[in-house]
Amino acid sequence: MKKIFAVLAVLLACLNFSGCGTGQNDKNKNEVYVYTWGDYLNPEAVKLFEKETGIHVVLDTFDTNESMYPRVSEGAVHYDVICPSDYMIQKMIDNGLLQPLDFNKLPEAKKNIGEQFFKQSKYFDPDNKYSVPYAWGTVGIMYNKKVVDDPVDSWKILWNEKYKDKILMQDSPRDALMVPLKIMGRSMNETDKEQLEKAKEMLVQQKPLVQAYVIDEVKDKMISGEAAIGVVFSGEALMIMEENKDTDFAIPKEGTNFWIDSWVVAKDAQNVDNAHKFIDFMCRPDIAVMNFEHLGYSTPNIAVRDLVTNEEYKNSPVAFPDPSTYENQETYKYLGNDMDSYYNRLWMQVKTAD
Amino acid sequence: MFQSVTVRNLFLVPFCLWAGIFIFIPLVCIIYYGLTNSGGSFTLDNIAIITQREYYYSLRLSVVLALITTIICLLLAYPLCLILIERAKSAGTIIILLFVLPLWMNTLLSTMAWQTIFERDGILNQVLRLLSMPDMTLINTPTAVVIGMIYNYLPYMVLPLYVTLSKIDKSIFEAARDLGANSWQTFLKVTLPLSLPGAISGITMVFIPALTTFAISALLGGSKLLLIGNVIEQEFTVEYDWHLGSALSIILMIFIVINMVLTIFFDMSRREEE
Repeated sequence: MKKIFAVLAVLLACLNFSGCGTGQNDKNKNEVYVYTWGDYLNPEAVKLFEKETGIHVVLDTFDTNESMYPRVSEGAVHYDVICPSDYMIQKMIDNGLLQPLDFNKLPEAKKNIGEQFFKQSKYFDPDNKYSVPYAWGTVGIMYNKKVVDDPVDSWKILWNEKYKDKILMQDSPRDALMVPLKIMGRSMNETDKEQLEKAKEMLVQQKPLVQAYVIDEVKDKMISGEAAIGVVFSGEALMIMEENKDTDFAIPKEGTNFWIDSWVVAKDAQNVDNAHKFIDFMCRPDIAVMNFEHLGYSTPNIAVRDLVTNEEYKNSPVAFPDPSTYENQETYKYLGNDMDSYYNRLWMQVKTAD
Repeated sequence: MFQSVTVRNLFLVPFCLWAGIFIFIPLVCIIYYGLTNSGGSFTLDNIAIITQREYYYSLRLSVVLALITTIICLLLAYPLCLILIERAKSAGTIIILLFVLPLWMNTLLSTMAWQTIFERDGILNQVLRLLSMPDMTLINTPTAVVIGMIYNYLPYMVLPLYVTLSKIDKSIFEAARDLGANSWQTFLKVTLPLSLPGAISGITMVFIPALTTFAISALLGGSKLLLIGNVIEQEFTVEYDWHLGSALSIILMIFIVINMVLTIFFDMSRREEE
């Protein structure tokens, strides 16, 4: 019996150590731990960074802000640079997971990132102390011109009986509730429960018309023509329009979400200097162009447009929208744990409605 | 060969390790999380959430769809197995192999294939149009989810049923006929009771995965149907509420335990008869 325990103990010990293997950081090693969305960086750009600086990049990826958060907050791995979205950055600031950036070490960021994007960042980073914008975009209505013959300029078209079973909605509480809230003329950061209840009711009424609640599947369904109209992120819209020439993208007049994914540095980062070098490198116009052409999401880097070689992208109002159109758009804020749960509950009520 | 008790016990070590690390410890974790709040103190609030409308609805929908799936699987598999044991052994084995083949394919892939069959402009509707028949809207309906589950879980019903039925001594049927039973009576009094153990393990093996699935309902239900499996998945991945997710898992486990208790109860009463 004793032997069994001994074996068990050894095994558990092994598990323990291997579990935080990537977190063990040798001070002498010249490294930077980067945690970002899947396929969010051009691998060539990362290689170039390693070659120029001699800093080894350890890259991990996540697929939702929500799955990223616990890994950082529990400190299982000490990441240096992270690239979360707006409201999540605010949540991380509120919970003391980030450290202020030293902008003296970020000359390229200061030079190349548009003033407007820092201004918009104030929604979640009020003093512009913690984040450098990396990618941005909006949410709009993607539609198939062959099927949709009404003018697409309002979210209300998603409640049109004519398009029953051809409508796609986003399968996430904030993105779903944003649409009726905007129709009602409310903020997408609404915290008044009465208003939220009304927004939920609108979604329940809309449910029989909706073909599916989607996240990534939106691309397939719009390209194949399975769906005719749906709520789509601008970056995805660009890819869809390239594949299916019958589609177009419109920003509703009621307003939409101006989202920003930004670089931040974790509070317990072990390679703070390297982290700054990495962020600044990614803000260099020649590197930003590589990332933009790889990714397809709009870039806040104002020096990029002149360097883009793909004519289709260069002249696309979806890839390079006129920023003035977006001056009064809102960005998601972190509404606190209780409000988050409340949004989730409302969304569940929509999904379980008959 | 392995007479010595120590040697025999040694062979048990891998299993005990496996059971301890991958069954017992996770189970303790789930029960701990399910019965505590984020502060770590004991609470039943997480369990009580099932009484709230949206959670109760998704559990009810899961149970109903799982029951329908199990019943249809049983109705499909039973006659099939009866026919198979009448055939020559080799033919039966080949047909069984054909039934098991889909199991070698990834569940997600085959479910995605169903998605393209059921879509508005999918294969099914294209065939219907060729035959000048009206379109069927199946995708994103409970029917699509049930068909997907039947397709994926039918082999789990066929296999145990076939094994049990093929093990029944043929001479028992002959004896029944010699004693004047017609084929209907033979089925009711001989075949059915003797095949029950297989049917019960088949029911368990279909009902439990059907009750807990979240991939099939997400793909074929277009996320418009929220099954309890989807709710649990969201609690863990989106909401990051491990306590609630664990509590809901405990509730699902209650159904599984009920299923197991019924099986054991049935086994015992059968042994007593023997």
